[in-house]
Amino acid sequence: MSQISASNPLYTARKRRNALMLSVSALALSFGLFWLAWILATLLFEGGNALLHAALYYKMTPPPGADGGLANAIAGSLAMVVTGTLIGTPIGVMAGTYLAEYGRKSWLASATRFLNDVLLSAPSIVIGLFVYSVYVAQVRHFSGWAGAFALALLVIPVVVRTTDDMLKLVPSSLREATAALGCPQWKMIFFVTYRAARTGILTGILLAVARISGETAPLLFTALNNQFWSLNMNAPVSNLPVVIFQFAMSPYQDWQRLAWGGATLITLAVLLLNILARVLFKRTT
Amino acid sequence: METSATARVQPPRIEVAARAEQAGETKAKLTVRNLDFYYGSYHALKSVTLEVPERRVTAFIGPSGCGKSTLLRTFNRMYSLYPDQRAEGEIIMDGENLLTVKRDVSLIRAKIGMVFQKPTPFPMSIYDNIAFGVRLFENLKKRDMDERVEWALRKAALWDEVKDILGQSGHSLSGGQQQRLCIARGIAVKPEILLLDEPTSALDPISTAKIEELVDELKRDFTIAIVTHNMQQAARVSDYTAYMYLGELVEFDVTDTIFIKPKQKATEDYITGRFG
Repeated sequence: MSQISASNPLYTARKRRNALMLSVSALALSFGLFWLAWILATLLFEGGNALLHAALYYKMTPPPGADGGLANAIAGSLAMVVTGTLIGTPIGVMAGTYLAEYGRKSWLASATRFLNDVLLSAPSIVIGLFVYSVYVAQVRHFSGWAGAFALALLVIPVVVRTTDDMLKLVPSSLREATAALGCPQWKMIFFVTYRAARTGILTGILLAVARISGETAPLLFTALNNQFWSLNMNAPVSNLPVVIFQFAMSPYQDWQRLAWGGATLITLAVLLLNILARVLFKRTT
Repeated sequence: METSATARVQPPRIEVAARAEQAGETKAKLTVRNLDFYYGSYHALKSVTLEVPERRVTAFIGPSGCGKSTLLRTFNRMYSLYPDQRAEGEIIMDGENLLTVKRDVSLIRAKIGMVFQKPTPFPMSIYDNIAFGVRLFENLKKRDMDERVEWALRKAALWDEVKDILGQSGHSLSGGQQQRLCIARGIAVKPEILLLDEPTSALDPISTAKIEELVDELKRDFTIAIVTHNMQQAARVSDYTAYMYLGELVEFDVTDTIFIKPKQKATEDYITGRFG
């Protein structure tokens, strides 16, 4: 008689193990999603209302007890995140390209990869202190440039790592096929491997933007804060994370409401950016 | 004992002689002399010497790992992409040793097209897949480029299937179409030699037949070297056949001779399937 039947002990044991692993995995998934959902729900519950008040977007951060908004913090954050990304992204992409396409397994590339991983896991407060000591302490004033520079230092390792990884995923057969046409290496990188790895590289940049959007520690030592409207990057600049930090710690209820509003705003902005990017990639590929 | 391979290709004796004579008129496009190749410390090709005749199809057969693909990859210096691979000896093309030229290797590769085992369409439109290589060395007007793209796609027997979807991604095509796209891309730059590394191993019989017809047609303009695991294919498409084993060239002759009365016992054993 055939061994293959539903009552075969090896088969039933395998089915049991499968059911067990599947439930453990599902449990782990729901555990992770549970906290995420809770965080989002709390943010929307506490801060959602604040987002609906137009004053949030055009009034300045107020003194306690007065009416106000987050306009200066939103503008300052945008200015520094955009500047930081613009400084960090090209450096990160180029360094990642060197590692994946030129350096590969060379001594220099391995050392760079190792140091980059150290930088990647360095606490952001260390980056803030570093910029404080080499820049802020030298010029003797806090500034938006210092903040943007600190954020750029956080962008670089993330972008280097993802660019390196994503370019390494491009099959070598594609590189060989390009080289076989007599294509110089730089052209191959620009027109073939970048295209093939485009989605991954852009995802890395977005991850970096998402990360620096909420960074507080590096800005505390660099951009500090500013109660007033100011886009002078050579002076202290207001920004959402530091405002959230100060307002949330305060005993004033209206300040706390603004802090919830700011936190919700950052989260939703990052979410929106991710959704937008996904839609755009889908259309172009 | 004969396998179907030998049975299929056995033509009347007089035709064998005619083909051999016709083959005799050809001159060498590539002259390989005492070629040794190393992957790191592994000696993959051992003193290979042969001549690849101009405007003929030369097939390279042999068991896996015999070095036939490695040999093909020395012809266009593909191995130079990898620092631990090196070749010693001579590969002469137009009086110049390809292994030691001082010029940019890109200039050599542009003259020697290559199609790989797996289709490798670029991540761009069908049109740009063809135009990409052409743009590297030629500055064509839009209309001339359109003509070139159509010419290459027609040569590769793909035009009718893609003429209305030239703007679509090359990845949207089927495997067989992708492979013909890669062939079109290879011939669009008008190379002098076309290297085919098991071009049909991933394809269905219909696509394979189309590509074989294409090879037959292309040899009027190009010198073709094809690596194949399929002996019937070698018998069908090639004028010359090289049998390789363990990095050595065992026998190289007119295809009919190799398949009907090989000089080496080893070749005969492999051809007739008694190899083992």
